[in-house]
Amino acid sequence: MTRPEMADEALFLLLHNEMVSGLYRAAEQGEGENGRCITKLENMGFRVGQGLIERFTKDTARFKDELDIMKFICKDFWTTVFKKQIDNLRTNHQGIYVLQDNKFRLLTQMSAGKQYLEYAPKYLAFTCGLIRGGLSNLGIKSIVTAEVSAMPACKFQVMIQKI
Amino acid sequence: MSRQASRGTESKKMSSELFTLTYGALVTQLCKDYENDEDVNKQLDKMGYNIGVRLIEDFLARSSVGRCHDFRETADVIAKVAFKMYLGITPSITNWSPAGDEFSLILENNPLVDFVELPDNHSSLIYSNLLCGVLRGALEMVQMAVDVKFVQDTLKGDGVTEIRMKFVRRIEDNLPAGEE
Repeated sequence: MTRPEMADEALFLLLHNEMVSGLYRAAEQGEGENGRCITKLENMGFRVGQGLIERFTKDTARFKDELDIMKFICKDFWTTVFKKQIDNLRTNHQGIYVLQDNKFRLLTQMSAGKQYLEYAPKYLAFTCGLIRGGLSNLGIKSIVTAEVSAMPACKFQVMIQKI
Repeated sequence: MSRQASRGTESKKMSSELFTLTYGALVTQLCKDYENDEDVNKQLDKMGYNIGVRLIEDFLARSSVGRCHDFRETADVIAKVAFKMYLGITPSITNWSPAGDEFSLILENNPLVDFVELPDNHSSLIYSNLLCGVLRGALEMVQMAVDVKFVQDTLKGDGVTEIRMKFVRRIEDNLPAGEE
């Protein structure tokens, strides 16, 4: 039964790829502005993150603190979505967290060389939104950005906005 | 600690929710981007097609299903293997045309619409139209041109969701000259 379980993941990966290329295709044909694509992808991720975290935490105990929430995102949340945990979580204890994934699922299908590095950001926007949406429903307002220096590794930086 | 306990069993359900929610976010975005529902339907079909032409490879590799001898066998493989594998449901096959070139897939529950209600101003939106594109694209890669469309939809108040598939023609391979 392990194989079919992997199968719906293939569907999600294909859907995500097609969302990215579909939006950009539409933008090129003048049906939207190019710069807005990243924002749109981020917004879609945000909605999905909100919905997922709501279902995911409905029977769980209350979180102890901010760090506890971040650990939850790195372990359970990440495993559900990307089938692995975040490899490294770092924080300056002042509201900045860096989540490092050495083999980020949405980048593994691309060539690992430097050749496509410039295209990486559009494949990360959805996930930035996903994290932001999840955190937002747990009561944490944040700004999430991503950077890639060598594929398929990538770092997500979460900046907590104090209210 | 109690948080750790219940997770394993939930995980499978969660990943199908990830797909459902992501699809929902996509449709919502397309409704914002395009002025009328027909354009959204067209866009969903196009995206589905692009997914289908890639998904077929994954499907053939994973399922080890061989060549189908007739359209009835194709219908069986789609309903019992493909739908089961990717969406976790097994639609029933009914309403064969006398010529055997047309049938319906009946979906009792469509996972794509799990959390969905159509607002009044989107009455001509075919929410799950991506599926038609996926089927069309996937079959085109195995030399079959088909027409796929929704004829009933639970979102529109019908009792079941029905996808009608019609065989159009076999696509002949046009190999470049000098190659076998």
